[in-house]
Amino acid sequence: MTPLPKWVNIVVPLLIAALALAAWEAVVRVREIPPYVIPAPSLVLRTLISDWPTLWPALLVTLKITVLSLLLAVAGGVLLAFLFSLSPWIELSLVPFAVILQVTPIIAIAPLIIIYAPNTLSALLICAWIVAFFPILSNTTVGLRSADRNLQDLFALYGATRWQRLRYLLAPSALPYFLAGLKIAGGLSLIGTVVAEYAAGTSGQESGLAYRILEASFRLNVPRMFAALLLVAATGIVIYFAFNWLSHALLHKWHESELDAGR
Amino acid sequence: MSVLIELREVGKTFANGTQALAGMSLAVAEGEFVSLLGPSGCGKSTVLRMIAGLAAPSSGEIVGAGAGKGARDLGFVFQEPTLMPWATVRDNVLLPLRLQGVAPAGAGPRVKQALALVGLEKFGRSYPRELSGGMKMRVSIARALVTRPKLLLMDEPFAALDEMTRMKLNDDLLRLWREHGLTVVFVTHSVYESVYLSSRVVVMAARPGRVVAEETIDPTTGAPYLRDAEFRLLPEYAAACRRVSRALQGDAAEART
Repeated sequence: MTPLPKWVNIVVPLLIAALALAAWEAVVRVREIPPYVIPAPSLVLRTLISDWPTLWPALLVTLKITVLSLLLAVAGGVLLAFLFSLSPWIELSLVPFAVILQVTPIIAIAPLIIIYAPNTLSALLICAWIVAFFPILSNTTVGLRSADRNLQDLFALYGATRWQRLRYLLAPSALPYFLAGLKIAGGLSLIGTVVAEYAAGTSGQESGLAYRILEASFRLNVPRMFAALLLVAATGIVIYFAFNWLSHALLHKWHESELDAGR
Repeated sequence: MSVLIELREVGKTFANGTQALAGMSLAVAEGEFVSLLGPSGCGKSTVLRMIAGLAAPSSGEIVGAGAGKGARDLGFVFQEPTLMPWATVRDNVLLPLRLQGVAPAGAGPRVKQALALVGLEKFGRSYPRELSGGMKMRVSIARALVTRPKLLLMDEPFAALDEMTRMKLNDDLLRLWREHGLTVVFVTHSVYESVYLSSRVVVMAARPGRVVAEETIDPTTGAPYLRDAEFRLLPEYAAACRRVSRALQGDAAEART
């Protein structure tokens, strides 16, 4: 089979998406379905524009919490993974906590976190952080362990210090694993933020997209629910592509997973 | 010639109880090219790792080598090229100097020099995956030589290469050995390779690892040490191969009984 030309990769998904939207629009119009049941795509788009003054600040809030929690997850996950690589005792003592945090559904812990956190922002951050940090921690830990044995010997042979081993051997070895974890954590931080917003249910300045969805559902404002959902999905897509791009940019010169096609 | 390294009754038993080596004695003089030849499991790689200071003997002692601070005098070439895939050829060769804290200003020319020794001066910017197996091994040798060591330890470095590349690298290695006054300890399981390269072949046996025979390869005593394509056709070469093979087979026959 000959490989597909490159433009097909972009045109075909777009075409299918356009067809699906057109079908949706047509069904809603022909069957005269009321907007509080299913709004037509054109109405969702109009709502997005007309409700922009409400939705835009909400998007900023959700983005802020997503990005901040992801940054904290990266910092915490990587730091902890480094500590694990230095001492099996630390790993032995802390892994159970990490696992418990990971396996307990965030929606079940969120109400407690909201009670104990000093303010809503920190509650949201903690929730999103808990969800996002585990893939970073576990992937980076595996990555730090996967450094080539012979290279480890070589470093020992030349009397490398701990710091040199970390900087020149362990960190680069772990990079592909870390980036794979980051791709997962990026999506999860958004999910964590949305879940936390639902659980917190705050209104006022600090309300994000998820809260706007919740609020619109109480008022049966279905078009706005769809418009806010569209923004959440778009945020997720942007995060996904951003990290795919980052991973490619950092690894395409040397790692199997990102080698340029047709080398 | 002075003795560079000496193993005295060295034994090695692994944590799982396997006896890898029993009472091995060996002295390597400065300027020698010694091959350790034997079946897999005879502990030849373990000997090399102990000389490098990467493993400690369970009994006996090793004089004159070791890892860490003294590693300036020692280069190690593994069976695989063992390059860092994320670093360019230049950065791979630079690694030992970097780890030893050599200033970048001094390190640059030495890296260039080491790459020139193995004929790869034009490939400094390449990544390992862009190179062939033989070229990767050359980078690995350049990396071992960049600290200008006296002693070069090689653990079946050419085992994974094709015959043509292997012969070419054999000749290059001999040239480096002669021109730089290196001492080489070379682990191999090829009789022909060991005879072609070495001034002395040490034949080892397995379970437990020990020395069963030694063969000095110098076809015409006192003559200049000439190893080239011609040498492979000399009757002395064939005779030496036969003697070494027999020592190796003697061990195999013994193992069957």
